[in-house]
Amino acid sequence: MTNGMYEIVSNRPIAQDTYEMVLQGDLSFAENPGQFVNIKLEGLYLRRPISICDWDDATLTLIYKVVGKGTRQMAEMKPGKELDILCGLGNGFDMKKAGEHSLLIGGGVGVPPLYGLARRMVYEGKKVTAVLGFGNKNQAFYVEKFKALGCPVEVATEDGSLGTKGFVTHVMENLSYDYYFACGPMPMLRAVHACGKPGQLSFEERMGCGFGACMGCSCETLVGNKRICVDGPVMDSSEVKF
Amino acid sequence: MSRLTVKLGDWELDNPIIPASGTFGFGYEFAKYYDLDLLGSMSLKGTTKDPRFGNPTPRIAECEMGLLNAIGLQNPGVHKVIEEELPKLRQVYHKKAIANISGFSVEDYAYTAALFDKEEDMGILEINISCPNVKHGGMAFGTDPQAAATVCRAVKKVTTKPVYMKLSPNVTDIVAIAKAVVEAGADGLVLINTLFGMRIDPRTGRPIVSTKMAGFSGPAIKPVALRMVYQVCQAVDVPVIGVGGIQNADDVLEFLSAGASAVQVGAQNLVDPWACPRIIEELSRKMDEYGIETLEEIIGRAQK
Repeated sequence: MTNGMYEIVSNRPIAQDTYEMVLQGDLSFAENPGQFVNIKLEGLYLRRPISICDWDDATLTLIYKVVGKGTRQMAEMKPGKELDILCGLGNGFDMKKAGEHSLLIGGGVGVPPLYGLARRMVYEGKKVTAVLGFGNKNQAFYVEKFKALGCPVEVATEDGSLGTKGFVTHVMENLSYDYYFACGPMPMLRAVHACGKPGQLSFEERMGCGFGACMGCSCETLVGNKRICVDGPVMDSSEVKF
Repeated sequence: MSRLTVKLGDWELDNPIIPASGTFGFGYEFAKYYDLDLLGSMSLKGTTKDPRFGNPTPRIAECEMGLLNAIGLQNPGVHKVIEEELPKLRQVYHKKAIANISGFSVEDYAYTAALFDKEEDMGILEINISCPNVKHGGMAFGTDPQAAATVCRAVKKVTTKPVYMKLSPNVTDIVAIAKAVVEAGADGLVLINTLFGMRIDPRTGRPIVSTKMAGFSGPAIKPVALRMVYQVCQAVDVPVIGVGGIQNADDVLEFLSAGASAVQVGAQNLVDPWACPRIIEELSRKMDEYGIETLEEIIGRAQK
């Protein structure tokens, strides 16, 4: 974990209630896709944990959905503003465990960390297919960006307004794969896990600190109690208990 | 003795800053971020006789200038704490720590206290009779003077270490509780624990935290904590550790002026992991600015 000031380079809507914020600052903290940052906001006591979508040598990209006071404040921020951010939180995905053909399964605002993962896995020559689920066409984002990486992309929307009608699991039924990386809402993670293949799942929970001190985000697993913020947010399918 | 030195009974602390129980785990994980020996001491995660997972999530909710928590005393149980957690702490921290003990019966408290009594580097046993997040025990012992005194006597019987009772603010008369435990032999007091609070999602009408009601801490509770420390210090003659909403050196000086001999920093650790060393550094600067020679000289000055 590091603490630093990060300057907003751009902050724009990319789908219904969904924004992409690009920041610049010290990025030496970044280890694995799937890690998150914790952002201090004006007038709010607790920091707001946001997953990292992607990073490079110069910039950090976050995608967030406006769901409350904190994210609403973020949506109104202009380029040039500096933010106090705790960085390098959480374990992130372990790419070394990937199979011959891995599915990258994202649901809603669970999609962003899979983009950074996809970019790195494609770069390393690993065979991946992105399976992205959204409520509807207006909520979908980054579909073209995933395609531009050169990997196959399957989309599912609940109302059928884009791609297959239904959930990511409907798309998965028609794909052959031996491993997965998943991030999304709890019902999606439960359904993906029930498919029985090995993989890694990234969880979300209300957090106090984001770095293991308060035990606010604890969960029970098959290998004992874990804190989603430091022992996760990514957990192996073999240890997850639903 | 330096100008930051304070005393809790016979124990001399290099400075008055102690991370509060429940905001610092068993300490060792913070060694990655700064030298733990910079601290006055540290109060360890609340420990019970048996292992506890605690309450279901969500356990946390944002509030104006603070937060609600309903962790529910998650801890691996006293045996594992002594066998696994304390050895890890000893590798990175070389001062005495404060064991924080909770229970669900008087016997529970005595059982856990007797085990911590054998650990040489536990400077104080802090007895938590004020946790609002467990259904039985916890706060129930801290809201009745007789029950609080009974726990205190039972713990005093099994240890030669100083026993500090951590009091609940969720009472009509905190002075009555303080007097009762001091009479029962308490060597010191820690106050306050969290205020019992609540948040409801305005959209759904449902409580945000799984237990519905939970412990409120953070800067918002500082005036209440300060008032209680002031009142209690007027009424009893044992050292008091002040805790509640401390964010900076000014807050520390307020608590010492009210009569506290040392302070604990809680919620602030969660939003600023470097809060404690930052406050220690800031203390000398503020003392220079206000013309304060030593911290010892200002303890209780607001009482006069």
